Amino acid sequence: MKCFSRYLPYIFRPPNTILSSSCHTEADIISTVEFNHTGELLATGDKGGRVVIFQREQESKNQVHRRGEYNVYSTFQSHEPEFDYLKSLEIEEKINKIRWLPQQNAAYFLLSTNDKTVKLWKVSERDKRPEGYNLKDEEGRLRDPATITTLRVPVLRPMDLMVEATPRRVFANAHTYHINSISVNSDYETYMSADDLRINLWNFEITNQSFNIVDIKPANMEELTEVITAAEFHPHHCNTFVYSSSKGTIRLCDMRAPALCDRHTKFFEEPEDPSNRSFFSEIISSISDVKFSHSGRYIMTRDYLTVKVWDLNMENRPIETYQVHDYLRSKLCSLYENDCIFDKFECVWNGSDSVIMTGSYNNFFRMFDRNTKRDVTLEASRENSKPRAILKPRKVCVGGKRRKDEISVDSLDFSKKILHTAWHPSENIIAVAATNNLYIFQDKVN
Amino acid sequence: VGGLGDVCYWLAGDTQEKEGILPERAEEAKLKAKYPSLGQKPGGSDFLMKRLQKGQKYFDSGDYNMAKAKMKNKQLPSAGPDKNLVTGDHIPTPQDLPQRKSSLVTSKLAGGQVE
Repeated sequence: MKCFSRYLPYIFRPPNTILSSSCHTEADIISTVEFNHTGELLATGDKGGRVVIFQREQESKNQVHRRGEYNVYSTFQSHEPEFDYLKSLEIEEKINKIRWLPQQNAAYFLLSTNDKTVKLWKVSERDKRPEGYNLKDEEGRLRDPATITTLRVPVLRPMDLMVEATPRRVFANAHTYHINSISVNSDYETYMSADDLRINLWNFEITNQSFNIVDIKPANMEELTEVITAAEFHPHHCNTFVYSSSKGTIRLCDMRAPALCDRHTKFFEEPEDPSNRSFFSEIISSISDVKFSHSGRYIMTRDYLTVKVWDLNMENRPIETYQVHDYLRSKLCSLYENDCIFDKFECVWNGSDSVIMTGSYNNFFRMFDRNTKRDVTLEASRENSKPRAILKPRKVCVGGKRRKDEISVDSLDFSKKILHTAWHPSENIIAVAATNNLYIFQDKVN
Repeated sequence: VGGLGDVCYWLAGDTQEKEGILPERAEEAKLKAKYPSLGQKPGGSDFLMKRLQKGQKYFDSGDYNMAKAKMKNKQLPSAGPDKNLVTGDHIPTPQDLPQRKSSLVTSKLAGGQVE
């Protein structure tokens, strides 16, 4: 296998601070990361049901060499743990996905979801407050009317910036199975939520109704052979969406003709050599993430060992396949035993669709340049993240002789997995979630 | 536009030779040696049913609320176990037993899959 040792044109520089919680509990594990459409805001969701939003500093003329850093802007509890009384099952508060709505006024809106309920949150700023009420005193207590002798008009005075998050809509009780994806439609009026067997279409204004647009539940559950693993709307065509399956296939659906999109318009599947088949074949072909390119011409899928790029016009095989960590092929037995083989890695495009990124183990993450065919392995770790230092490429050694800087496959830490990453929509800024730590890397200032 | 489709097929040939080459097959053999009762249809219903059933099951809502209360107490700093504690002092209850994440392999062994 070819090894690319030279790194990409983008050389990422670690931030001055790594954002992390001081006391690591299970609840602090980051479960989703997402930039908003301008890249000004970065949202993270965690296992404890909390959302933390970071905002980029405005660049000032005094500090030209210091690119805008991300600071905490708002944090709130999005979801709480619940108990399903009928099934005696716990409903986790873990935030599975966050998706931003495009900004239409001064407030910011985002969707956050756990396994069962989607919520629309409004995040708004308040920097003025009214002072000088007639009937209330400064603490808000009602004054004795006998003491009021003059009339005055309250005035708005500046106050310290306060950012508040309020739940504006709660979309509940529409999913029997666990929600894995939400996707905002380009019409900005509707969005979809997908669980293991069904996909529902919602209107943002209506919470007590949703349309079921895909249902793959078999009449007899014994005949269940595949589940939906991810779904996304096309970035420009509001009638088109795709969903991926545990069998490694992708279906593209058009909502214009049928109300129920059980029959796909396009079906993407790579042919498999039957003599290559093993016990693990289907498990490692299960697609954990699917993403449209910004152009809308391609889709990218992530399965356990590879990232694939598909052209929407060619269904019979991907146009590009990138090996993320092929050396794990000889470790599949132990990865099955410790359940790591079921880890769901996500993948992201950069703003120009020229570079794709995905995570791996040992806090490594990988980038592939689609044009030059170069790839690089980087590590999200505190030792490598001194300010103004450049991220050094890492290498995993497969065979016998291990060079000084390389790490052998047997030394990899499989508990340090990078499942969630995000790329700024227009700049070379990436956010990498490593368990409970969030790393934000920016490319070097010229 | 040759693509990867062409690259895959150079391995075609004697199947016995291929089993030696493919690391996946070696791993599969390892797994089958450890767990001989592992099902014939690996990617089938059992995986998916387990996936659909994700989430910790409790006996009832009372059980759930007690487990939550116990978790809250656990997060407070607690003294280490008393070394003078006599073992076998009381009959353990489900709450005392450590929560163990179930893996599919274990459940199949326990279930006694018939081949």
